[in-house]
Amino acid sequence: MAEALAEPRTARGGARPRGGGRKPAAAPRSPGALLWALPPVALLALFFLYPLALVVRQSLHPDTGGTSLQPYSDLFASEAFRHALWTTVWLAPAATAGCLVLGFLLSLIIAFVPFPGAKAVARFIDVYLSFPSFLITLALLFIYGTTGIVGSFQFLTTPWGVLLAEVTYFTPFVMRPLLAAFAQLDTAQLEAASSLGARAPRIVRQVILPEALPALAAGGSLVLVLCLNEFGIVLFTGAKGVTTLPMLVYGKAILESDYPGACAVAVVNVLISTGLYGLYRVVSRRAGA
Amino acid sequence: MLVHSRKARWALWAVFLVLFLPLFALPLLVVLGASFATHWSGVLPSGPTTANYHAATRGEALQALTTSLVTAVTASLLALTVGTWAALAGAALKKRYRRLLDAVFVLPVAVPSVVVGLSVLVAFSQPPLLLNGTRWIVISAHTVLVTAFAHQSVSAALARLDPAYEQAAASLGARPAYVLLRVRLPLLLPSLTAAAGLCFALSMGELSATMMLYPPDWTPLPVLIYAATDRGALFTGSAVAVVLMAATLLVLFAVSRIRTRASYR
Repeated sequence: MAEALAEPRTARGGARPRGGGRKPAAAPRSPGALLWALPPVALLALFFLYPLALVVRQSLHPDTGGTSLQPYSDLFASEAFRHALWTTVWLAPAATAGCLVLGFLLSLIIAFVPFPGAKAVARFIDVYLSFPSFLITLALLFIYGTTGIVGSFQFLTTPWGVLLAEVTYFTPFVMRPLLAAFAQLDTAQLEAASSLGARAPRIVRQVILPEALPALAAGGSLVLVLCLNEFGIVLFTGAKGVTTLPMLVYGKAILESDYPGACAVAVVNVLISTGLYGLYRVVSRRAGA
Repeated sequence: MLVHSRKARWALWAVFLVLFLPLFALPLLVVLGASFATHWSGVLPSGPTTANYHAATRGEALQALTTSLVTAVTASLLALTVGTWAALAGAALKKRYRRLLDAVFVLPVAVPSVVVGLSVLVAFSQPPLLLNGTRWIVISAHTVLVTAFAHQSVSAALARLDPAYEQAAASLGARPAYVLLRVRLPLLLPSLTAAAGLCFALSMGELSATMMLYPPDWTPLPVLIYAATDRGALFTGSAVAVVLMAATLLVLFAVSRIRTRASYR
């Protein structure tokens, strides 16, 4: 869409007397446009890229001197790290899958089998997104905690408790883009399919699902990376049994003051997150998103 | 209407309620209920009290609330400025450079916030820029984290903007600065306020990066909630959490008022 728009604008730009400005009109050969992009990029570089580079350097070349891969070899040799890596890598896709299924089902009902109050539910979803994730764990502490509603049931200290909290918290992140996509869907298509004899499951599969794929891909990729990086939910369970990579970074840096070790875990975590995120973006673009 | 049979419709609604209420409504109700209670050993909380709120609205907690508000407002304004600037500058770039700019600005979303916290801590604890121990280290980490969201939502809005308005203004002789200030920014105002609300909410609830680098005299609310629950004061923690939610919602409501008035223009 953006590319389609850019084309005629570029063509028209040449004819415009004061073609300057910062629109694609003047884009092709304007060094000014690049210059304008410099200040925000410089700020981001100073506050984000430079610190990140220092983390990588610290992991290879600690302040205590010497350059070695010692932190990394220590890391991969340690049981705690391999455990955390495995927990992180299976929890995030599992939570994402749960969010996608649940979010698709709930959005489908809100959008196509509307009930009185469906609008209010959609509004509630928006509000829900603005709350921090650890609230869910806080609530689960009352429900499943040692003195809670369900009683002394050590559910929260297992990975399943974290999975439940993540699915609960992140499902609205899938529902919002889905509801927006469903709102743009032409209901005439549904009626046509229905009048031609298609039943509800078939309409969902052949009409609604293809339309929803971009929104599902966008929501899913966001949720996947947010789950990989989730810290508040895991921290609040207070579980020793569930350690994810972000927890390990925190533990090593703040509790043990082992900065080279923390930096090495951080590098591994960043590589996994950005790698999976990039892969997901490529795959979802291929899938027609 | 997708489902025509009355029975099937009721069945679907029942499924919706069974999934929706326990998963999404219950957690918030539980926190709200616990904030007014002293015990919770049965199905319902017991020992109704407002003492938790007494503790949650003065002293340490009140200071944490102002800390959170100042941090969130500063970080959102900074992030909105940088993000909008980057989005506007990116829109003028060639496609290749624009892709690169977008990728760099989306990176803070993909990098774990704990790692952002760690990196800011490592970088600004040493000479060139010494921020460790000041409030600015918290604010800069929050700004980095929310800038990505500000940039994304503003550049999405920019892509949907009808170019006819600015072209009309430019063809009538308006200079680029004038077009930006009087045409493009007013047209973008609804999405700018929406982005500001998003940044504010994210910064208010930010825990991961903050846990890595908060100085003792700049403790935001989420850290206080964690400290309370960690020492077992779950009920006080819930009251503080309700205060956090209420403050966030109040500000979001105020911001959305700006939005509606702007869209009537």
